[in-house]
Order: sequence, then structure tokens, then C-alpha cells
Amino acid sequence: MSSTTSLETDRKADAPRQGTPLIEVQNLKKYYPIKKGILSKTVGHVKAVDGLNFSIYPGETISLVGESGCGKSTTGQAIVQLDPPTEGKVIFQGRDLSTLSNTELRQLRPQLQIIFQDPYSSLNPRKRVGDLLAEPLLVHKLADKSEVTRKVDDILEIVGLTKHHRNHYPHEFSGGQRQRIGIARALILNPKLIVCDEPVSALDVSIQAQVLNLLKDLQQKFQLTYLFIAHGLGAVKYISDRIAVMYLGKIVELGTTEEIFKNPRHPYTQILLSAYPVPNPHLRNRNRVVVEGDVPNPANPPKGCSFHTRCPLAQSICREKTPDLMGSGHTVACHFPLA
Amino acid sequence: MFQYIVRRILIALPVLFGVTIFSFLIVNMAPGNPVEMQINPDATAADIALKKEALGLNDPLYVQYVRWLSGILHGNFGFSFSTHQAVTGMISDRIGPTLLLMGTAIIIAYLIAIPIGILSATRQYSWMDYLSTSFSFLGISIPHFFLGLGAIYVFSIVFQIFPTGGMNTLGGTGGFADTFNHLILPALVLGTGIAGSMVRYVRSSVLEILGQDYLRTARSKGLKEFFVINKHALRNALIPIITVIGMDIPLLIGGAVVTEQIFQWPGLGQLTIQSIGSRDYPTLMAMNLMAAVAVLLSNLITDVLYSVADPRIKYN
Amino acid sequence: MSMANVKLDDQAVSFEQQIPLAPIEELGEEESYLRVITKRFFKHKLAVLGLIVFTLILLMAILAPLLAPRSPYAITDQFSAAPSSKYMLGTDQVGRDLFSRLIYGSRVSLSVGIGAVAIYVAIGTILGAIAGYFGKWVDMIIMRITDVFMSFPYLMVILVLVSIMGPSLFNIIVVLGLLGWPGIARIVRGSVLSIKQMDYIKAGVALGYSAPRLVFQHILPNCLGPILVNATFGIAAAIITEASLSFLGMGVQPPTASWGNMLKDAQSLSVLASQPWLWVPPGIMILLSVLSINFMGDGLRDAMDPKSLR
Repeated sequence: MSSTTSLETDRKADAPRQGTPLIEVQNLKKYYPIKKGILSKTVGHVKAVDGLNFSIYPGETISLVGESGCGKSTTGQAIVQLDPPTEGKVIFQGRDLSTLSNTELRQLRPQLQIIFQDPYSSLNPRKRVGDLLAEPLLVHKLADKSEVTRKVDDILEIVGLTKHHRNHYPHEFSGGQRQRIGIARALILNPKLIVCDEPVSALDVSIQAQVLNLLKDLQQKFQLTYLFIAHGLGAVKYISDRIAVMYLGKIVELGTTEEIFKNPRHPYTQILLSAYPVPNPHLRNRNRVVVEGDVPNPANPPKGCSFHTRCPLAQSICREKTPDLMGSGHTVACHFPLA
Repeated sequence: MFQYIVRRILIALPVLFGVTIFSFLIVNMAPGNPVEMQINPDATAADIALKKEALGLNDPLYVQYVRWLSGILHGNFGFSFSTHQAVTGMISDRIGPTLLLMGTAIIIAYLIAIPIGILSATRQYSWMDYLSTSFSFLGISIPHFFLGLGAIYVFSIVFQIFPTGGMNTLGGTGGFADTFNHLILPALVLGTGIAGSMVRYVRSSVLEILGQDYLRTARSKGLKEFFVINKHALRNALIPIITVIGMDIPLLIGGAVVTEQIFQWPGLGQLTIQSIGSRDYPTLMAMNLMAAVAVLLSNLITDVLYSVADPRIKYN
Repeated sequence: MSMANVKLDDQAVSFEQQIPLAPIEELGEEESYLRVITKRFFKHKLAVLGLIVFTLILLMAILAPLLAPRSPYAITDQFSAAPSSKYMLGTDQVGRDLFSRLIYGSRVSLSVGIGAVAIYVAIGTILGAIAGYFGKWVDMIIMRITDVFMSFPYLMVILVLVSIMGPSLFNIIVVLGLLGWPGIARIVRGSVLSIKQMDYIKAGVALGYSAPRLVFQHILPNCLGPILVNATFGIAAAIITEASLSFLGMGVQPPTASWGNMLKDAQSLSVLASQPWLWVPPGIMILLSVLSINFMGDGLRDAMDPKSLR
């Protein structure tokens, strides 16, 4: 398949960023087999993630944006090794995570944390908040018994809760409060990278802003690196330094937040932007670009550019040849990128 | 669907294989062997060794297993320790009465459980419902032997309506009416026990169907409640109800052992108890193996019937 | 269709503005899961009745030496005597006091019920958790073994095994314990499979917890409900099985008193007809204990039904 972007292009894309990357994702693929028949023969694959290349630099927030089913959550879980990739590498501080032994991986996991979308299923209902937060410290022997309570109290304070919440069970909290507990749990091990898997999309709009503010504060305070996953550009604009737009398991455009918003180059990015609500009614009389049709089946993606079935600008070459991610800094995978 | 059935059979095969291994191991674990049981007490140690060699008892275990299995496939379950007859023959003499008893018990269980279960589901939380729940708990909780003894005491001793046991009157001419007279009490005891768990099942499957939207539609069309229940609800609840017996087969077999013993019913259950008494392991394991195969088959048939009857069942 | 020129300077919510944190209201008295379940259990009338009867039987077993008027083995001056002021429930054919034997019989029933279930819950939980957590071929093999065990009619295999090992209280507990696990294993496997998908387990993996910690501290405590319900019904079933075995002569052997072997004498028609005090009281005791446990199980099941929980 010609879809795999060469590493050279990728390096160029990241050229403006300084320093060595914290995480390098190389040709990441995650295929799920489709089984059929009496003997459960594999007849095909759902290509949830199909050849991703990008780097994450220390201290930045990079966002993955796309419709549901585009593979963004799968990518996040593959990077923190919750769902090991089918192919490709995730290199963290120079170490290829797929080559680590179970013990080595477990020792390294504290540095790669994840916050989940659903604050109701992400906390064990049978454990008190204090125990939920103390357990990681005790498992990794990062604190002895006398320190644990103090550290738990500190972290609760940091995420905007109080030490009085220590003895309560998760079901006694609201969605926003639960998400704060989830953040505290990810934070308590001093991670380098936190994958935020749609951390606010299950919350009320007013609460969303609070949680996003909290995440941003924490990033400054603890020099965190975020991989932020969202399906709309709204939440992402405020928090990200760079944005990668995904479609059907591939990155179609990658650039800084400013570049993506001011100068979107992929037709799909433009469509996503036009779906983004404008609060000022005087500015609303713009032409909306409405996307037609449904997302194609990822088990049987279209030939050529996977977006050509819905693209208003598609030409014959789009049906034949898969475009590579091109350009330096601001990269786009399109035969006819917008200027 | 065909694929589902084939796959279901393919899963059953290793289980069947496991069942034979387990049976074989138990027979081998049992004290005594065919040689010690068959030859006369005066035989010398040398004679026994010779006979053992001839019967292949010194071969490795897996060789013995293969020989035992191929015998079974040819209908040869070995010889009884106690009567020295072929086990196959002993079982075929006894299987008729057991099937008659179980069949009647199943019919009785359905006759009790279906109406009670439906009534208690359609009148949920009424006194009928509480009564049927109590009945079902009583049925689940009462041991077959206590129910059997009670039934004999009331119906055979106090009121003298039915005979206390056996399958035919001793010295009588037999005949269908006589057998039927002997059959009622044990079948009733066995059937009531099964009915207890069945009532709960019928009730919950009817309740589930009654909660469906299409029944509300039927009601909103103005159909009389009688038609709603009989034409729409019952038809759909019938599949799980009919197939529930598949799950109860092991229970039925265990119940039959006790019931046959109490009523002196000359079936496999009584043979089981007699064989236990005489430590006749070949006969016992032949019956166990057969029962296990019967359970396996009934589960298979239940699943297949289900998939034929209910188009919503997923085939993978 | 032309590409729109999107204005980007306005936002749905001005995130730049620092929105003050909403005050987090003080939480009321903590309410644990356990307390909710207990409250619901006590609303189930039959379950409460079952709990009372079961507690009485349990006390009877523990306090047997204090409650029984005489030793269950002592031979009195009367044989097969009808109940009288001296012997409340009469005496058996050997001349032992039936009331004392009835009280001591509860010890056998309860130790078989609780002992056997404790063994098989442990086996079933471990096997089910392993099958559910590791999946793939491990799951396949464990589930096929489970199918094999479930194919044999329970009572018949137990009869054979007990007859090989020799009938005794200890052997019955062991045999019931070794054969009873498939039901629990299936239930635990199912629960583990569904809980494994929860985000809090994924979070545990990301936090670097070991597989045993995840299984025993995070997954299993969350399938305690179905295990407990199944175990309760299992105690009732084990009591019936022990009584049946003893009734058939393959259970607890005389002179030890068990409700099942007390009923054994009633297999003779003359006893059945003329000495009901020999077989009716132990039968009723079996029924009472099994019924009370089953009611408790039903109450537990309703109380823990996730559909009606919150």
C-alpha cells in the first residue's frame, strides 16, 4: 500500500519543533480481524489505524481530531500500550515500547497515563477515592504509608477537590468531580505524557470549561505533555499547540493550531471547521460546507484517497492514487490542497 | 444457521471426548478389577497375573483407554462385576421403565408449570403470583425422597389409592392399566420437583415477552386481553418454555435415581443404587457415560432448536 | 459547492476567560454499596424470614451440646417409642433419643453445605477469572472442561465417587466441592469478561498494576454479587444432596446423626406407616433449612439486581 508516509516527510513535518521528541509514532497500524465461517477464518481486517507517523514533543499538546470511528481513540490506547499495535513502533524517549518485557513495561507505565471519556466507568465503584489514589503510589513504592495520605490530600487539592472527599465512593460525585478524580489518578505518578481521550465530551458545557482550564493549569505546573483526543475542533483550539486531523485511520492534515484554523488545506478539515458553531449571529451568514454521505466502512476503505467518496473537489486521480502526507511543518495528504 | 449448527457440533465433540476420558479414569480409579472379580478364589497369583496379561491390564493407560473406547463404539461396555453379564444387556433391560417414568414426569411438569407460570406472570404481584412463587420454592426445596415418602404415606397407606411401589402388581397379569396405576405416583413426585424450577422460568419468560412494545401495540389496537396473551405473547414465550427441559435433564436424572429407589421402579436409577451396593463400577460408569451423552445431546438439540425457532440468535 | 471562508475569531465559549470553579457541595453521610444492598435485602419479607429461620438453625448447630437433652449416641430404655413427655420426638429403632439426634443432625447438613460450597466457590472463581481475564485458548480449554463436568448428572457421579472414596462426612464435602464449581466458573467468567472492558480496568493496566492485582482487587470484588447469590443457592442444593446420599446409604454413616440417614429407616413400609415420628421431623428440618436458604438467595438476587439498583 502506498499510504505509508516515508519517515523523511515526517521529519520535515516536525522540523519547526525544537528538541528531541518525547514520543515517536512510526507507521502505527491497528487492524482488527473479521472472522467468518465454521472455523472462524479471518476474511479481512478492519483497519482502525492505518499507518500513522507523527512525533510528540515535550511540553506540547497535540490533538487528534476526527469523526467517531476514525481511529483516534485506538491511536491513543495504542500509544499507552493498552491495545498493542498490529504493526509499527511507538518510541518513548528512544525506547521501542513493543520490545519491552512485561516487567519493564509495567515499570515504565507510570510515565504514560490516560484519562477516559466516561467518568462513570473509569473509576472502580467499590473503592473509596482515597484508596483509588493511594493504590498507584503503593504499587510503585513511590511513597511509604505515612506519606501516602498527605500525597493523596495534596493531589485532591491540586485538582480542585478537598481532603474530605477521600472517604467517599465514586458514585457520590458528579460527572465533573469524577473526571477530576480521574485526572488526579493519572497525575499522582508524575507522568510525562497524558493521553486525554475525549475527557470533556461527556460533561456539561460549563463543566467542560472548568476541566479544560484545570488541564491547562496542570500542564504548566507539571510540564506535562498531552495527546488530546476530540471529535470536534472546539475544545481543541483552546488547548492545543498542534492538531492532527484524522479520517478513516489516517492523518489527513497536521499543523499548528493557528495554521489549521487560519489556513486549512485539506477539504475535510474545512468541512470540520465549518461545522464549528459561531456564537456571533452577525457572522453567521457564511456559506456552510455540508458533508455528504456516510463514513465508508473501514473494513473496506475506498481505493485512492479515502475521502474521495465525500469530497466536493474530487478528481479522477483521487480515486486512483492515495495521497501522501506532504509539505514541511504544515503537512497535508491531498492531491489538490487548498491554498 | 447451518454454519452455527455445524460449529455447535464441533464444540460438542471435544466435550464428548472429555466425557469419555473422565469416565474411563473413574472406572480405573475404582478398586477391584475384572480379573479379581471374575475368577474363582482358589486361583494362584500366577494365574491372576496370566489372566491380567491376557486381558491387557498391564498395558499403558492410554492403550487401555483406546481399547475401552473402541469397545464402547461397538456397543460393548464390558461386564458387570456382580452378575458377570454384559453391561449393555443389563442397561437395555432397564432403560424402558426409566424412559417411561421420565417422559411421564416431563409431561406432568409441563402440565403443572405452564399454566401456573403464565397465570402468575399475567397477574404479577397478585395472590396467585405469590402462591405460585411459594409453590415453586417448595418444589425446588423439597427433597425428592421426602416428597416420595409423603406421597406414599398419604396416597398408598392412608387412602390406599395407588400401590406403594413396583411397576406391576406381583403375580398379576400386568397390562397397561396396571402399569399406569403404578406409574402415577412416582411420575407425580418426579414431575413436581422439576415443575418447581420450571414455574420460575415460565414466569420470567412470559414476563419478558409481556414487557415488549409489540404487545402494547396489540393492546392499543383494541385487542381483547385474551387474544393479546394467547395469540401474541404465548407464541413467542413458547420457545424458551419448551426448551427449558434441556437444562433440567441432569436434575431429572438425579431425581429419577432417588424416585426409582423409593418406589422400587425397575429402571436405571434402581440399577444405579444396586450397582453402588455391589460396587459394580463398569455398570455404573456405563450408565454415567450414557447419561452424560444424553445431557450433551439434549443441550445440543436445545441450542439447535433455539436457533431454528428464533431468527434473532446470533450465529457466532 | 465552494469552500467556505471560516471566521475563526469567535468561539462558542470564551475559554480564555477564567471561569471560577463551581463550589463543590459538601457530601452527605457516605453510603456504601454494602449498605444499599442490606437495606434492599431487608425489604424482601421472605428473605428476612429465611434469614431468621436460618440463623435459628445455625444457632441450633453451634449450641447443639447445650440444647440436646441427651447424647445423640446414648441408647435409652425404650426402642421405637412414640413421642412422650420424656422423649419429645420419641426414640429410634436402636433406642436413641430422636430430638437430640435431630439437633445434632443440623451440624452435618450445615457443615456439608458451607464446606462444599466454600471449596467449589474458590475453585470456580479462580478458574472463571483465569478464563475470563486471559481469554483465547486458556478460556477455550477451561470452558470445555466446564462443559465436561456439567454433562454428567451430578447425583450419579457423586454416588460413584463417594462409593469409591468411602462414604464419610469429609469425603462428601470434598466430592461435592470438587464437582460443584462449573456453575460458578461460568458466572465468574461472564462477569470478568464484561468488567474487563470497563475503563477503570484499562486505567489499572495503564497504572502498571499486575494481572493478579487487577483480577483479585479490581475485577473480582465487582462480581461478588452473582457469586454470593449462586453460593447461597448452592448451600441449599448441597444440603439436599447430602440428605439424598445419606438417605441412599452413601452419605454420613450411622451412628453419626444426619437428617438424611434418619429418614433412611422410613424406606421400610411398616416404619413409614406406623412410626411417622421417625421420618417426618428430619424431613421437615431439611425442607425448612433448604427453603430458608433459598429465600435468602432470592432476596440477595433481587437486592443485587443491577437493573433495579439506582
